[in-house]
Amino acid sequence: MSAAGEQRQPYIRIDKVTKKFGEFVAVNEVSLDIQRGEIFCLLGGSGCGKTTLLRMLAGFTEPSAGRIYIDGVDMAGVPPYERPVNMMFQSYALFPHMTVEQNVAFGLKQEGRPAAEIRQRVADMLGIVRLTEFARRKPHQLSGGQRQRVALARSLVKKPKLLLLDEPLGALDRKLREHTQFELVNIQEQLGVTFVVVTHDQEEAMTLATRIGVMNQGRIVQVGTPHEIYEFPQSRFVADFIGNVNLFGGRLIEDEPDHVLIDSPELGGQIYVGHGISAAPHAEVWVAVRPEKIQLSRARPPAPHNCVAGTVKEIAYMGDMSVLLLRLDNGRTVRVTQPNTWRHADDQLTWDERVWLSWHESSGVVVTQ
Amino acid sequence: MNPGRWVVRAVPWVWLLLFFLIPFVIVLKISFAETALTQPPYTPLLEWGQSVYPTIKLHTANYLRLAGDSLYLDAFLNSLKVAAVSTLLCLLVAYPMAYGIARAERSWRNVLLLLVMLPFWTSFLLRVYAWIGLLRNNGLINNTLLALGIIREPIVMMQTDFAMYVGIVYSYLPFMILPLYANLEKHDVSLLEAAADLGCRPLRAFLQVTLPLSVPGIIAGSMLVFIPAVGEFVIPRLLGGVDSLMIGRVLWDEYFLNRDWPVASAVAISLLIFLVVPIMVFEHFQARARAAEAQ
Repeated sequence: MSAAGEQRQPYIRIDKVTKKFGEFVAVNEVSLDIQRGEIFCLLGGSGCGKTTLLRMLAGFTEPSAGRIYIDGVDMAGVPPYERPVNMMFQSYALFPHMTVEQNVAFGLKQEGRPAAEIRQRVADMLGIVRLTEFARRKPHQLSGGQRQRVALARSLVKKPKLLLLDEPLGALDRKLREHTQFELVNIQEQLGVTFVVVTHDQEEAMTLATRIGVMNQGRIVQVGTPHEIYEFPQSRFVADFIGNVNLFGGRLIEDEPDHVLIDSPELGGQIYVGHGISAAPHAEVWVAVRPEKIQLSRARPPAPHNCVAGTVKEIAYMGDMSVLLLRLDNGRTVRVTQPNTWRHADDQLTWDERVWLSWHESSGVVVTQ
Repeated sequence: MNPGRWVVRAVPWVWLLLFFLIPFVIVLKISFAETALTQPPYTPLLEWGQSVYPTIKLHTANYLRLAGDSLYLDAFLNSLKVAAVSTLLCLLVAYPMAYGIARAERSWRNVLLLLVMLPFWTSFLLRVYAWIGLLRNNGLINNTLLALGIIREPIVMMQTDFAMYVGIVYSYLPFMILPLYANLEKHDVSLLEAAADLGCRPLRAFLQVTLPLSVPGIIAGSMLVFIPAVGEFVIPRLLGGVDSLMIGRVLWDEYFLNRDWPVASAVAISLLIFLVVPIMVFEHFQARARAAEAQ
């Protein structure tokens, strides 16, 4: 489905929305546009306001200030039962006194659809989530994964234009999560629904989302594709929250359009970054370097910058890769990951060995806040 | 098993044996005797004549009299009716109250529950007498209405079914509120949100989600009101009319006015059977439904 021909107006417009609970500001002047057909993830730690924002989209709470538009319609004062939105609850909120079938049929019955149509649509939906043989069971007779699929079926059967998912994979074990993640994406593509997903799990956000909005203390701190969020974090918070990162504080000593040079006492050397930034001279900045982007070698690399010596302190073997913690001469610990490409390696690094750490000039990202 | 455990297990059994089973057997025994001008006023069940073995003298006359005289059946049916109506009225009043308390802020709930139970701290009889003060012809209600000029003649409320129902509903209300509250308080609010999210208006959400899920609370509360209300004696006697024939009153009259202990015991036993057997059947089916569900 292509939205190119349609109006460019965003499907959801969140306009300077604030939500206060007493003195506590849960959501602080958030503005956000979400396009039709997107899988948008709101990512953040507990208490960052992501669930409150989702509940305002569903209509369970009203914003203290600001407006929410869905498909161009102002949602102020529209009760949840009149919104073109369905939600999949974190607790699933399945009706315990109804069978799987009745749970899924509930929404259609509210619309007063004919019985034959309800039966057909429920059967189709149960087929999609592969629960046909469990139709007559009650929720307490199902496993966690099955309940999750009932919740999904119940929220999708009304063919909502917008589906809100609150930590959809939270209660599932690792294998099932991975499976369900891909299944969700498939269903989303099949039905062309817009998804807004709330999660605290960056891995979940990375695999599901077309775009991620990272939230902290009631504000959206960065919006971008998973790739942008991971490779171009705009703040220390985002760099640190998504994946692992080594942050080196320092001062700007050379600021050219095509590169910057930073003197970092934390690293014990100078850092050369191959992109220009906009910051005052001698400003305090941080350089973020991902652990997988650092190379290790026994001999000193020829490069003049981004190069420092250290000692191997810890090695954690993870199977597909190894995590090494290295202590620099100034006492700072740096995290480096190395893929285990070969099954047999005679020349492995070992504890207390002296090595050189280095990274390419394009690998570091400068953040100013 | 260590002896401490046996003691703990034995306590409820000993209690039930002493204070439930033995009195029951005594009443059962009396119900098969005949009245006699002796002390106690009934014939013994066992008689030792010449033989080594005692002869058992079972008199079924008391039960036959209950079946034969329509007075007892009428009183019993009337009691059932009064109890059923009272239970329904209690439910209608208690449900909104229990719901309100369960949905109130956490810090308020205990205060509200305390207010529900507060009247229990005064004597039951005193509270029923207080209603007489309110309801009688020159009572508070009539005097107020007369003073305001809303009525010219006092409304007769005392010695009517109305006063009796007011008294019963007022007295038994907490027994309905507490189990309902215990049930409603556990409800997951997100179920109602889910219902609203699926297009269900609040009233329908109540009827389709809250009400079915509170059925166990409704049953528990109804049992607690219905069973004692069937045998209720004091309230109909003090507030109700002279013609309000209830089984509790019949029981009282047989014991204390007629001094016919065997018939009174037979009334008590029949009442027990009529009440307990349906409850046991109901429980049996409930248990089977639960077992089927747990499969």
